[in-house]
Parts: sequence; C-alpha cells; structure tokens
Amino acid sequence: MSDIKKIKDDYIDKLNSENNIDKVNNIKSELFGKNGIISNEFKKLGSISVEERKKLASDLNNIKDELQNKISIKIQEIETKEINLKLEKEKIDVTLPERDIQIGKIHPVSQVIDEISSIFSEIGFSVEEGPDVENEYNNFTALNTPDNHPARDMHDTFYLDNNKELLLRTHTSPVQVRTMLKGKPPFKIIAPGRTYRSDSDQTHAPMFHQVEGLHIDKNINMGHLKGCLNYFIKEFFEVDKIKMRFRPSHFPFTEPSAEVDIGYEIKNGKIVIGEGDKWLEILGCGMVHPNVLKNVKVNPSKYQGYAFGIGIDRLGMLKYGINDLRAFFETDYRWLSHFGFDPLDVPSNYRGLSR
Amino acid sequence: MKFTVDWLKNHLETKFNNNQIIDKLTNIGLEVESFESSTSELDTFIVAKIINAKTHPNADRLKLCDVDIGRDKTIEVVCGAPNAKNGLLTVYAPPGSIIPKNQMKLSVSKIRGVTSYGMLCSESELLLSNESDGIIELKNNKYENKIGEKYFKNTSEKVIDLSITPNRPDCLGVRGIARDLSAAGAGKLKINKKSNLTYRGNQNINVTIKKEKAQGCTIFGSCLIKNVTNKESPKWLKDKILSLGQKPISAIVDITNYVMFDLNRPLHAYDADKVDNEIIVRSSSKGESFEALDNKKYILENDMCVISDRSGVLGLGGIIGGTRSGTEYSTKNILLESAYFLPHSIRKTSKQLNIDTDAKFRFERGIDPLSIEEGLIKASELIKQICGGEISNLDVKKIENYKKKIINFDPFLFEKTTGFSIENKELIKILEKLGFNVSKNKKILKLTIPSWRPDITQPIDIVEEIVRIKGYEHINTSEPIKTRLKPTLNYYQKLFHFLQRSVASKGYLETVTWSFTDSKINQLFKENDEEIPIVNPISSDLNVLRNSIFPNLLFYLKKNLDRGFKDISLFEIGPAFKGKNPGDQLTVIGAVRAGKVSRLSWNDKERIVDTFDVKKDVIQSLCEAGIDKEHIVIDDKTPSYYHPGKSGGVYQNKKEKNALAYFGEIHPNIIKKLDIKTEGLVIFEICLDYIKELKQKIKDTKSEYKFSDFQKSERDFAFIINKNFKSQELVNIIKSVDNKLIKSVQVFDVFEGENIPEGKKSIAVNVTIQSEEKTLNENDLDNVNKLIISSVESKSGAKIRS
Repeated sequence: MSDIKKIKDDYIDKLNSENNIDKVNNIKSELFGKNGIISNEFKKLGSISVEERKKLASDLNNIKDELQNKISIKIQEIETKEINLKLEKEKIDVTLPERDIQIGKIHPVSQVIDEISSIFSEIGFSVEEGPDVENEYNNFTALNTPDNHPARDMHDTFYLDNNKELLLRTHTSPVQVRTMLKGKPPFKIIAPGRTYRSDSDQTHAPMFHQVEGLHIDKNINMGHLKGCLNYFIKEFFEVDKIKMRFRPSHFPFTEPSAEVDIGYEIKNGKIVIGEGDKWLEILGCGMVHPNVLKNVKVNPSKYQGYAFGIGIDRLGMLKYGINDLRAFFETDYRWLSHFGFDPLDVPSNYRGLSR
Repeated sequence: MKFTVDWLKNHLETKFNNNQIIDKLTNIGLEVESFESSTSELDTFIVAKIINAKTHPNADRLKLCDVDIGRDKTIEVVCGAPNAKNGLLTVYAPPGSIIPKNQMKLSVSKIRGVTSYGMLCSESELLLSNESDGIIELKNNKYENKIGEKYFKNTSEKVIDLSITPNRPDCLGVRGIARDLSAAGAGKLKINKKSNLTYRGNQNINVTIKKEKAQGCTIFGSCLIKNVTNKESPKWLKDKILSLGQKPISAIVDITNYVMFDLNRPLHAYDADKVDNEIIVRSSSKGESFEALDNKKYILENDMCVISDRSGVLGLGGIIGGTRSGTEYSTKNILLESAYFLPHSIRKTSKQLNIDTDAKFRFERGIDPLSIEEGLIKASELIKQICGGEISNLDVKKIENYKKKIINFDPFLFEKTTGFSIENKELIKILEKLGFNVSKNKKILKLTIPSWRPDITQPIDIVEEIVRIKGYEHINTSEPIKTRLKPTLNYYQKLFHFLQRSVASKGYLETVTWSFTDSKINQLFKENDEEIPIVNPISSDLNVLRNSIFPNLLFYLKKNLDRGFKDISLFEIGPAFKGKNPGDQLTVIGAVRAGKVSRLSWNDKERIVDTFDVKKDVIQSLCEAGIDKEHIVIDDKTPSYYHPGKSGGVYQNKKEKNALAYFGEIHPNIIKKLDIKTEGLVIFEICLDYIKELKQKIKDTKSEYKFSDFQKSERDFAFIINKNFKSQELVNIIKSVDNKLIKSVQVFDVFEGENIPEGKKSIAVNVTIQSEEKTLNENDLDNVNKLIISSVESKSGAKIRS
C-alpha cells in the first residue's frame, strides 16, 4: 500500500512542476499504458487474497482517479496557457482603416418623388407616366389651350419640328389626357416626371420635375381638393400644422383654379415651413375644366374632379434647404454626396417618410 | 398691370387702407406682385465713407479712395476732389448711375491706369447747388449710421403691381380692378360722370372697313379734333404715366396711354394732316412695309390687319402705329381712333412680326367691344382740357354687331363644384356687382354677360366668379378619400424603383442630367438611332435629345475628374430617345466607374477598375430586382462605343433577342476624343423596357422548397481548350451532363502561357455533385466524372489536363 501511495505522491509532485504537454502525456502512458505502473498494480490484484484484494482495489481506484484527474487538469491548464500566449502574439491594431466602403446615394429629386408617391399611395392614388416628347394636342389643345390662347406664352416650349407639332412637354398635365383617353372613370392618379421649358436662370432650369395629380369621380368637389392637398403638404413637410392659403388663379385646363401658398418664416437665416406670416407659392390646382373632360370623352355632367401640379425640385429645395435649382442637374460629386440619400432610406408610411 | 392707390380711388369709394386693399386683391385672384415706390434714377446714389484716401500712383492731383458703401468689402474709387480725405462721409454713385447734371451713365473705367468703380459726387453734379469745388461733405452726426443707404428719399407714391392672368383683360384697366374690388365688398364703384362735351361738325376723313375674309377689325370709331396745341403733359398726368413705369412723351400720347390704363381702352392718335385722304382698314399683302413708332421697319405678310390711307400702310391695327402719321408737338389736327380688333388676328400678326406692345397685349386678350365711344369721349375731354381744340361728331363704322351673350345658370352647380352653398340673394348680388344682368326663371338664372368679359362662356365660369369673390377660405377641407382603384406601382415602376436603389447600393451616386445633350458627343453613342434635333435649343451644346445616357454622364464624369476626384461611380436612370415621336423612348440606367479599387489601402493591393467589377454590379442588381441568375446568358456583341474585346451583353434567357444590359470598358477612341484622363473607365447600362415581366409573383415561387440531405461531393477538372472558347459554354456543357446531379459549376482558374500551347488556355472548374435520392458511391461518381470529361472533350475539342 505505502508503495503505491509513494508512487502517487511522486507523480503528483512531478505533474505539479511539469509544463510541457508532451511530457504530461508521457507521464500518462507511464502510469496507465499497457505496461504502465498503475496498470501493472491492477494486474497484481488477481494474485492476492480476497480480503486484501477488496481493500487494495479500492485504494488503487482512488489513486487512479486522483492521478487521472490531476493529469486532465494539468493538460487543460497548459493548453489554456498556450492559447493565451498565442492570442497575445496575434493582437492587431483594430483602429487601422476597414476595407473601402463604397457609399452610393439617391438623388434628392428621386427621393422626393418616392416620398410624394408614398404619401399619395396612402390615400389611394396610383402612379401613371407619360412620354417626355408630346404632341401639341396633348400638351395644349386637349387641355383647353388652343393655339391662339395667350396662356401658351406662359410656356416657353422646346419644339422638335418646325410645324410645332412635336414638343417636349411643358408640364405633366398631358398624362391626364393620356390616362383619361385610354381608360374609363373614375381616375385617381399622380404622374411625376421630367418637364421642359426653354428658360434658364438662377431659379429656372430648362428641365425640371413636376407631379400631376388627378381625381375624377361622380362627386369630387373643391373641398376634396383642399383636403387632399392639405394632407399632402402636412405629410410631406412632416409637420403637425401647416398654414395654407388657397388663392384664385387661372389655368386653362382647370376651373375654378387656385394657387396654393404655404406660410413660412425665416429663422436664423433658414426657411421654416408651416408658421410665420410670409407666403410661398408652391402649387397650382383646380377643378378639371369641362372642356378638358369633353376632349377626353368623359361626360362632364356625370363626372367631375380636381387636378393639381406641383414642382418637385422646388419642394425638395424647401424641405432639404437646397438653395440653387441649377445645382440639381450639374452632377457635382460633392453636391451629390452631400444632398443625396442612402439607398436604404426608402420612404414609406410605416417606417416614416424620412429619417 | 401697375397703378397707384390714388388712381384706384378715382374709381372706387373705399374705406379700406392700403394693406386691406392689397389682401383683397390677392384673395379675389388679382395677384399682387409688389407694392412699392416706383424706382427713380436717383435711387442708386448712396451714402458712403472714405476709409482711406491715398495719392494716385500715376497722378499727383488724383486720389485713390477705399470707400465703405455698406457692403462686406470696400471698393476703390479714383477721385480728383481736393477735399477727399480719410473718414469723410459723402455721396457715392455706382457704375450704371445716371449723373443728373449731364445725364451721363457711369461705367467702370480706368483713370490713369487704375480702375475706378463708380464716382464720388459734388453738389453740382447732383444739381443740389452750383458747388463744384470738391465732393459733398455730409454731417457726421446725421449720416454716420446711414452708410449704404439711399441718399435721396423716394417720395413718389407707392405703386401696386398686379400679375393679371390671361383670362382677365378687363383688369388690365384700373376701372376693371375697382369693379372687382367693389363686388368683393371693398367699396363702391363710382359712377362715371356724364360727359357735357359739345361736338362740332363731322369727322370728314372717310373710314372704310373692307369686307375681307381675313379682316381683323370689326369696329372702327373715330373723331377729329381740330386746332389743338400739343405740349408737355401737366404734372398730374406725368405722374400717372411715370407710375406705370413709362416715360411721358407729349400730352396727346400720354392721354391715349392714360385712357388705355384707366379704362382698358387702347386708342391711337393720328396727325390728321398726314393722312392721305381716307382711312382704309384692310388686310395687308405680302411685301408691304412701314416704319413703326418703335423706329423699326416692318415688312408685312399677307392678311395682317393694317390701317392705311391712299399712300399705303399707316400702322398695324391694334398693335403699333407708324411714324408717317405720328403726332408731334407741332401737330394741329388729330384723328383719334378707338377700334375693336379680333384677338386671334392680333396674336397671329404680332407673333409673326415679333412685336409686343401694351395695345397688342390687351387686344389679344379681348377688349370690351362696347367701349368704343366711352374711350373717344374720355380722351377727347382730356385733350380739350389740356390742348384745347374742337371735337367733331363721333364716327363709328362696323361690319359686325355685338351680340349679347346669355348663360342659363343653375345655382346648384355652385354647390356641386365647390362643396359649400351660398344664398341665392348673395350670389345674385355678386354677379350684379360684377356687371351681370340677372333675371330669374324658376330655379334657373338667366345671365347676360358683361361685354368686357370675353372669358365667360359657360356655367362653370360663373361658378368661378362667385367662389373667387365670395372667397376660397369658405371652401371646406374634407378628409381625404382613401379608396384605391388599383395598385400604386405597376411591374415596370417597381422595377425602376428596385434597380435605382440596387445600383446606388453598389456605391454609385445617382445623378439627374438634361434629357438633351451636345450632338457632337451624342453621335459617338447614337449607333443606328436617328438624331433628334431641338428646333430652338437653350444653347448650341444642348441641341439634340440624348440617344443614350452616356454623353451626359461622361461629360460630367470628366468635370468631376477635372475637379480632382479620381475614383468615381455615377449613374442615372431616365429616358434615352430613339425617335422623335411620343413614346419613342426607353427607360435606361447608365452607369460609369472610373479609377481604382482599394486605392491607398494599407492591406489590399490596389487595382484599376475592370470589366468584372461592372459585370458584378450589373448582374447583382438584376438578381436583386428578381431576375433568375441561372437563366442569364452573356455574349460579346456590344454597341460600338464599348471596347470590342472587353465588353459583354446580358440576356434574360437564351430565347431573348434584345440584350437587357451591356457592360465593359469604353472604347479607347472615345476616351481619347472626349479627352478623359483617368486610370480606368468601365461602364454598364440596363434597359428596363427589355426586361420581361416575370411569370410568377414572389408569393408563388416561395412555396416550392426542395433540398437534399444526401452527401455532396466536389471534383476539380482542368481542361486545355481553345483560347476563344467561352467559359459560359464550358459550364453549360458540364451542367447538361446531368442537370439533376450537377448542382453547380464554378470556374476557379483561367491560365494562359507557360506550358500551355499557343492559342490555348487552361480552365479549371469545381463541380458539385449531389443526388436527391441517395448517397453516391465511388462508382457513381466515377461514372459522372467520365461523362463530364467525355462530353466536354467531344463538344468543345478540349483536352483534360492530366
């Protein structure tokens, strides 16, 4: 008995001072291998008396457990030490720059179009489009603006032929004409898109963007027009209250016609929309003229409704504090990076129009 | 339309103050553009302070002064005055000012080699005194705080400037504006005083309106005024003319202008002694000419309405008179004209000749045909009052009688249109104040339209009149109706939205450029499309519609490179035009990438952008938009602006004829021609219209979910194959060996050169094999391997590398 106890104590000492994993493994086989010291002690059990055997077997098992336990703790200890040492060596400077991030952006005009579409989608409008090149009829005549009408002078038109038959649309209103000609009432659409006038200075660009709105049904009146635009403006500028003024005006294709102003004030050199005692004109609208309805084969005694046209670029300028309209179209990398929007910022009702 | 409040009060009895009048005008649709004092030539003179007066480098007697004019920076003025000294407050005239003494207009000039911006003024130059010895010295205590302000107080009355919409010719005269205001409750329209003019004799110059098909005149009224003394206008009249922003000319001309702005009744005064016998109103013949009062000679076309005498054309009726019969100070006898010209005739003629006058502006919109006599009487009275003379009987020739317009109006239309109701009594009162004659027939109102309202032709026009006078603030704000008729976006609109954001998410900045471009750049990209010139372009370098997005993108890419940016990714989504008819356009994404990847990276090797960068961007974007990558086919046929060897076309599947996208390097010749300096330039384009709508919606494709749990095996093969043999073809051959077992084929190495015969290349692929029914054993796999090798060798002429 004392023999094995001594063996045990020796090996425990040995293990305590050992730091090499291979040597620990050697010790393990020295003790428990085929001809290992402990293994051999077990083999001896067969040759002794039953009484002694019982006692010795129990002692041996205890020693075996103790040693094996010690060995596995030791191995774990050494391994942990080695890993820690390795990790220590592998430390890197995580403040070094990451790999290139390519940040793309959505142009403010596109973002504003998506915002507008999202808002009108909420109240049941669908999006229609029309061609940039229009014929004279759709752009003017069908919209109750015959050739001899002075209202045509308000549109500096780009023409594609000398007969002035083909032109670049001066507004998005021809989409009304196309939509109504190809379908049957009711109609409830918005039509965003490019528009063109041969005008170029600080506040005018030869190309700009408009969104047209049209709602025709049996009993749509000016109250609905007011309600629709009031809702839109509030949602678009993301304010709870908005001061808004409807003012009589004239467009050949609507009657009665109105221009809409919103209140604003200048605070610290910036435009603040909604309150204040100054007025800013932002859109034109009215009840679709019976002549227009007749031109598109809709019976004006059965159907009526409103239309509106809003300058998209200008809305964007007001909302996002952009000063120069011309910069929208000059593709300056710095401007696009600054005023552009993250592509994941998709305007929607449930997630909010903008961040 | 400009006028003063005083002038308005000639026609309107009102208790409203100026601001109330301004608000009312805007509320009834007469938009106030501005309300301010008319500008004066003296406005430009401002109080300034000399900060530093030093001797002129090239002239001892002159001084070079730094002058504070109340702006961010001082300006430099050369001054000869002996009293110019530091700290002196004086009066400064900027370039463009007109010096009262000599009426000279100042310009920026060099005085003895030094540029002088404007001038410091003496009292005599400003006609304040005869003091010309030195510049004005202003008192410090009075002017120290006024640097930059106007020196002269503007004492003229404030002028209202209205922007009158084209439907309202009646408001191009002060009386019409007063009438609208009175209807809206802003006062009472004054009744015109009855004229007590006495007429002597007949208008003995014979007037004929020829009955011609194209006759543009239907009424010609006139009277003769004999023995007048033409002169400068009296002050009250001059002030009126000045308030319009016009220059007084002579009493007679000023009176005709005054009546035009007062009553919206254009008139014309002829020197009766210069008229050759008679007046003939007729259509012109091509080639006739006359010299107009704007001192230009006009050569006429056929069928323009002219006023002529026996010697020829005197003037264009309703547009502009001629110099031959113009009035002068020496004029003794006047023929005064008050006529009605047809709007479309006026418009056509003035467009053809490009003339714009106040009379043309009014006749084009429609003048009251019943105001002929009123205009003649009002002007004659004033002429008699100011210039003396005897007035003949009025002579009115007409070839057409004015017909009263009558509209039957159902008041219910008002409520139906506006959404609110108004008492019949109030409605009738508004209409009567606007000049309508109202009679009732049961529920229907029979309305006689005032002759000065050519814009009113149908019941909806009546609704507008009532609602604008009543006030738009009475219209309710209804809750929006949320009913939806169809989905917000259709397939292609969704595709537009997806692709736009998908491309942007690959690091591209979206831009929006003109739909037009420079024909010289466009022709490099137009392929077989027709060029689409704009007849009246905004400038010669934006003279055609773009056939492709690239001309503009590359133009602006170059600008950004010139700004010093090196690594640029840009794209635009928008129209490319294929013909000049409506609808001949495609919706296209054009994208460019220039420069390097991983520039100045501390851990990655930097490299120039290449074809496979844009190929990744284009394929990934298409996949994100829902196109199945498995079916995409690539070929190497691309438009001529691509590098012929380093570009490809993308097809949605092998059946499609139109490539829906192209990608690759741009042709080196184009880079050279456009002088673009960059290390690398690759582009791609996607044509949205060529993407076929997917047959299944995503909800239908999601339901089918199949996978295999049996073990999969990977095998590598390397083939020696002809250099031009396409990897896509090789992959397809391998896949076709067993579509069910072969799950994927990945090209992982392409190699040419050492150990590879001339004209050949080595392609290595990794093939994943997996069954859906069982675990494959070595034997099964060997069979597949053998089949792959034999198929590839027989179909492509390749040899397996041993």
